[in-house]
Amino acid sequence: MPEVDLSVNLAGMTMKNPVCVASGTFGFGREYNELFDLSELGGICAKGLTLHPREGNPGPRIAETPMGILNSVGLQNPGVDAFIATELPFLRQFDVKVIANISGNTPEEYGIMCEKLAGAGVDMIEVNISCPNVKAGGLAYGTRPELAAEVTEMAKAHAGSVPVMVKLSPNVTDITEIARAVEGAGADALSLINTIRGMRIDVNTRRPILKMNTGGLSGPAVLPVAVRMVWEVAQCVKVPILGMGGVAKGEDAAQMMLAGASAVAVGTALFADPFTPIKVREGLREIAEKQGLAAVRELTGGVRPWS
Amino acid sequence: MKVERKCKIVSKEQMGDAIYMTLECGDMVRTSFKGPGQFVHIKCGEGLLLRRPISVCSCQEDEPEDLLSIVFEVRGEGTQWLANRPAGHTLDVMGLLGNGFSMNPDGRYLLVGGGIGIPPMRGCAQYTQGRSTAILGGRSKDKIILKDCFEDECAKVLVATDDGSLGYHGFVDALVRQELSEDKGYDAVLACGPKPMLRNVAKVAEEFGVPCQVSMEERMGCGIGACLVCVCDMKDGSRKHVCKNGPVFDSKEVDWDA
Repeated sequence: MPEVDLSVNLAGMTMKNPVCVASGTFGFGREYNELFDLSELGGICAKGLTLHPREGNPGPRIAETPMGILNSVGLQNPGVDAFIATELPFLRQFDVKVIANISGNTPEEYGIMCEKLAGAGVDMIEVNISCPNVKAGGLAYGTRPELAAEVTEMAKAHAGSVPVMVKLSPNVTDITEIARAVEGAGADALSLINTIRGMRIDVNTRRPILKMNTGGLSGPAVLPVAVRMVWEVAQCVKVPILGMGGVAKGEDAAQMMLAGASAVAVGTALFADPFTPIKVREGLREIAEKQGLAAVRELTGGVRPWS
Repeated sequence: MKVERKCKIVSKEQMGDAIYMTLECGDMVRTSFKGPGQFVHIKCGEGLLLRRPISVCSCQEDEPEDLLSIVFEVRGEGTQWLANRPAGHTLDVMGLLGNGFSMNPDGRYLLVGGGIGIPPMRGCAQYTQGRSTAILGGRSKDKIILKDCFEDECAKVLVATDDGSLGYHGFVDALVRQELSEDKGYDAVLACGPKPMLRNVAKVAEEFGVPCQVSMEERMGCGIGACLVCVCDMKDGSRKHVCKNGPVFDSKEVDWDA
């Protein structure tokens, strides 16, 4: 039997396999590179960047929940310039697509960061309009279609030939409304979902576990929500989708792809097993083999919904 | 190079409220030992997503496999699962992680352990081959674990209990003060325990002008420095990470008021 073709195309960016790692769970790759070769991955969504360095929120920043975690890191990062100077050259040593993730306080900040990153030569820019853990910007852009479109336009205007992917928030009434707005504003791809806002309380102290009181839920608990949203969005846009949210095994990734994703990202599952992305890739390969597919990309959008 | 290993439980022993477990860990010690005070990140069953970070009590290179021992108390579901594993079972362990205490094997240190912070100090005692002094503290005498080991591996052992049931009636920082005023020969104070204890010990060390290193604890995610959740607030306003930058920090760099 011929080898299954694992390669996928995401808005003109070809990846040798569809498995990426999700922004915020993988730093800039240095730590996980001590455990496996980063070239095993299709792409790396790097830790979210801001124009200036940020120290993030006070701790505790994490709380465990049933099959998930809440986090409130708050975009701790060294800033876009430090990324370009020291992290990007490191990532460039590997045969892996580098996707820079950016958050801004204003549309102008998104524009400045896009210009810097396009000049530095990243493979794709993921525009985060959905971080639930920062006060300014962040989630506000992701929950209002007109603001989401404005940020997208600004990013596109400054990203040159680098494709722009917009990361959507699940914390909305109708995610397709935002999806259509950013597609209309020129987004080349969409990534979804960011974390779902949540809270956990210590019943003895009556204090929330997280110092910020609330945080973003991720992990296997959110997989069905993510699959549903990918499915809904895939039906109303033409741009490709990077599906994420709870992916921990090949079958999860196959669900995402059947729902309409062209590629997937693994995040929180890394914390339980750092080799999850490789296992997801191999699991996808097995599923494709069993189903007699020539290429794993044939899964994309292949769900057969009941009428 | 840090690694993930299937580690066999060689022995398990109840020690007061704590459990003392020895693991066969392949070449983990040979490949990733940086100094006493590192930790391992253990998967505790399939139902829990996050691993549990547990300090190494002692470890050694050995044939055919390196050995490491951990001591922990049951605090929740994860540690309960771990406590229930019998000898002979295997655990999924990442290690050795973090930076340990910065020590000179020829040095002489004042080691301070409080409660479940006592076991991690044992590696420090072994590292200095009987030259160091240990001060062990706890709520009551049943919390003073491994005392015999410290007596074998230290020049002197002092004990403080909150209720006076063993040794000095009071907190360890009083004994640290007494020891530092009587003996000017310590290279540094090394401490592990609850944060208020660490803060008080650090204060005394600073008064005497003796360097002090503290092992910090925080809720942790990846364990290797990628997810940035286990934050430690520093005096300079930065936020470092317990798993990668620590768990051991220079006490003067920590923001004790955070």
